[in-house]
Amino acid sequence: MTTIVLLTLTGLALAAMYFLLAAGLALIFGLMDVLNFAHGAFFTWGAYSAWWTIGRFTAAGSQEGSTGGFLLGVLVAPVVGALLAVLVEVVLLRPLYKRPIYQVLVTLGAGLMLTQMTSVIWRPDARFFPQPGWLADTSTVLGARVPNNRFLLIAAALVVLGGMLLFLKRTRYGLVVRAGAENREMVRALGIDVDRAFTLVFALGGALAGLGGAFGAAYFGSVEPTFGSVNLIFAFIVVVIGGLGSVTGSALAAVIIGLAQQFGNYYTTWAGDFVVVLLLAAVLLLRPGGLLGDRT
Amino acid sequence: MSEAASPIVATHNLTLRFGGALIVDDVSLAVPEGMFVSIIGPNGAGKTSFFNLLSGLYKPSAGSVVFRGEDVTGLSPSARARRGLGRSFQLTTIFPGLSTLENARLAVQASHPGNAVFWKSAARDRAAKERAAWALETVGLAGRGAVPAAALAHGDKRKLDLALLLCAEPEVLLLDEPTAGVGAEEVPVMLETIRRIRRVEGKTILMVEHKMDVVHDLSDRVAVLANGALVAYDTPDAVMADPFVRSAYLGVA
Repeated sequence: MTTIVLLTLTGLALAAMYFLLAAGLALIFGLMDVLNFAHGAFFTWGAYSAWWTIGRFTAAGSQEGSTGGFLLGVLVAPVVGALLAVLVEVVLLRPLYKRPIYQVLVTLGAGLMLTQMTSVIWRPDARFFPQPGWLADTSTVLGARVPNNRFLLIAAALVVLGGMLLFLKRTRYGLVVRAGAENREMVRALGIDVDRAFTLVFALGGALAGLGGAFGAAYFGSVEPTFGSVNLIFAFIVVVIGGLGSVTGSALAAVIIGLAQQFGNYYTTWAGDFVVVLLLAAVLLLRPGGLLGDRT
Repeated sequence: MSEAASPIVATHNLTLRFGGALIVDDVSLAVPEGMFVSIIGPNGAGKTSFFNLLSGLYKPSAGSVVFRGEDVTGLSPSARARRGLGRSFQLTTIFPGLSTLENARLAVQASHPGNAVFWKSAARDRAAKERAAWALETVGLAGRGAVPAAALAHGDKRKLDLALLLCAEPEVLLLDEPTAGVGAEEVPVMLETIRRIRRVEGKTILMVEHKMDVVHDLSDRVAVLANGALVAYDTPDAVMADPFVRSAYLGVA
């Protein structure tokens, strides 16, 4: 029982991290039909900015990070993610909206370059992420000792999910994003500035990826350049299973993938990732549009 | 209604060619403010093309469109709509996945392009929602706001079209065959809706229509197009009595 509780909560925390990465991917794909391979780099940069920020406030070699530094890092990471995303969208993608293949290549290239930059600046090996004591501590739930950063990740993802649904349902920009996901050209024909919605969605996606990176660093207790690309693969799988363009679908799929991976990896040495790929194949065969996708 | 009043919308020698074909042929038409003008003509007479020139969907080969004294020939449909020369929405403008009310909200937003600061827009959002709800009520869709547009019956979709037009607060409404595809029992409801908009709002209305009885009852003036050219422009009774119109359009010798 204790093990099941621990695996469930850890799996949910992993799901929360995937969701933070996948939500932006889903929105960007839904509105702009862009597969953004640079998204993992926003995540990595978010992780490194949080790590760098907390390092400014923590004594060298200390195992315990400062609380203020961590909180500041959690604010800095999404800002860095959003700035990079806007840069990629405005400078690289905007001239290529009529050439989808080039878009894939340019986001892939930007992702590789941004990732490489982190290893040039901060060395390619993993760096220890000093968490505040309260975050690394554990709380006991039904006999299971669960690190507090798991709860923080889950809470952050729930807040983000609620915020995004409110944004999409209640605000004028959310309405433009949803209409654009249905028919971008028609929204443009109405005289609505779709390009601004593109930039907004990219900034939002980048901010969420950056935030995911900061919390992911706490989850893993370290940062390294390959951080983003590893998680990006699972985030793409989450987006496909959830339904391209559906934020709620991404949340649902993230939970499924996170739990499947945790349980698979605990009971076997190999099944975690295998189950994920199996789930992906099953969804593609049985429901090609994804669990909550509109498209078939 | 004085004919001497300067027209709210006018075309001067408006001409459209596609390849070698002359679609709209040198049409000069002046519409005084507050008037209901119907445009009739046989199929292929250039009615819808003429309409698309008015709304800005097509650019003319020659001639100009003047709205409130301003030459708008070079402006896009959305720029014209923002000035008050209402775009003619068609079924294709409806987003099937959005609710009826959300479709209307989007049309309101399109007519009031927002600034970049989206957290400042809460008050305007409320105004947009009120405007959208009012438009739905005006066309008789008040209770259908939460329904996805895809689930509306065809007649209700045409009403939504009309509501989307009203959302933009146009001074001139361009209606392209508003009763087309509407079931026979729904036509009177649609016409009553148009009549009510005219009575309550006092808008200038231009309507393309081919049902003669509809045109006769609603219109102050009827413009007849044949082979792209304006062949008559007068009161409904005078147009019906015109021997040339009777032979060219009504097919009565």
